[in-house]
Amino acid sequence: MNDELLTIVRLSLLVGGVATAGTLPVAFALAWLLARGRFPGKILLDGLVHLPLVVPPVVTGWLLLIAFAPAGPLGAALDRWFGTTVLFRWTGAAIAAGIMALPLMVRAIRLSIEAIDQRLEQAARTLGAGPWRTFATITLPLALPGVLAGAMLGFARSLGEFGATITFVSNVPGETQTLPLAIYAALQRPGGEALVWQLAAISVALSLAALIVSELLARRQGRRLHVL
Amino acid sequence: MSFDVDVTVRRGRAVIGTAFHAGAGSTVLVGPSGAGKTSVLLMIAGLLRPDRGHVRVAGRTLFDDAARIDVAPQHRRVGMVFQEPRLFPHLSVRKNLLYGARDAAALPDIAATLDIAPLLDRWPRTLSGGEARRVAIGRALLSAPDFLLLDEPLSSLDRARHEEATRAIERVRDEVRLPMLIVTHDSVEAERLGQQIIRM
Repeated sequence: MNDELLTIVRLSLLVGGVATAGTLPVAFALAWLLARGRFPGKILLDGLVHLPLVVPPVVTGWLLLIAFAPAGPLGAALDRWFGTTVLFRWTGAAIAAGIMALPLMVRAIRLSIEAIDQRLEQAARTLGAGPWRTFATITLPLALPGVLAGAMLGFARSLGEFGATITFVSNVPGETQTLPLAIYAALQRPGGEALVWQLAAISVALSLAALIVSELLARRQGRRLHVL
Repeated sequence: MSFDVDVTVRRGRAVIGTAFHAGAGSTVLVGPSGAGKTSVLLMIAGLLRPDRGHVRVAGRTLFDDAARIDVAPQHRRVGMVFQEPRLFPHLSVRKNLLYGARDAAALPDIAATLDIAPLLDRWPRTLSGGEARRVAIGRALLSAPDFLLLDEPLSSLDRARHEEATRAIERVRDEVRLPMLIVTHDSVEAERLGQQIIRM
């Protein structure tokens, strides 16, 4: 693999990995609220979480651009508190990818939480476990395969993220140019077909691997939840 | 006195309520399906909050709406055996038994009493219904409870398993000597297991 290719793949994995890791706790909290919570506005929250799935990605990217612009609410706060910006940086690409992956991750995790038999949690409580121990020893381990499946799905989605990323952080080689953006750039370049073939093959292989891992984990969850 | 219970709760349109006192030993709560027997056990265990009333077991007040006492389930020192075994599917039988154990050294004795010693390294999904139920009883006993609640412990077992489980409960009643409240819809079972019988 030549240096250019290696840079692109490494950056894609970094952006996808950071996006997934950063989004996972948020996705878990939202999934928990949607699965177990009873509060007014739950349908609205459900809708908001799913928005990135249905809104044109360009719109999501544009909204991110406004929010993180130097004068935007989040951009100004980042500059004031940390003296940094995410515009045209790989961190911005990770934010865009994370937001686009959020609905898929929430869906997968929510299903896994809903599938847990709450009677097991009751049993743990009668055995002397408080709410936190019950969560850590019963709920979380039983949800874990679903959580990991959701994370892999989110990772696969992050690898493919294009529209929001290019709108938000542009197409900067070595900084924001992930696999799909590199393919797009190579397509614009005379004689770029060979690179396109290589990048496309890598994209398909990575996404397929992530999906297979996700599916295997989801199946494992099915087996684990066989409750007497 | 072992159990001093007077509770009511509204569930949908029905109001479930009962009041009884019971002495030491085993007490059987018997009544037709749908009478709310399970709800009474859940209220004693702290898993269902009564609208009013009180629950006192072995001299300790676990719930009293007038005095604003509502002890959390994990602090009630209850040994609850649910109608379904509710074994944790991701833990081995041994780890299930030790989940709430205060004294792991009691495991061999309790496993022998319930005849589950050969099952310790198995997974819950590989157990028969009768085996799973005995493991659930063992798990409750190992948490060193102050009292035991058993919800239809003999239902949906074939005749051989039924006899096996009945003997296990009798052994627990006669050897462990904890205040015990058993729910059943079967009056034959009630006669055999209960030293006192309360009809709902």
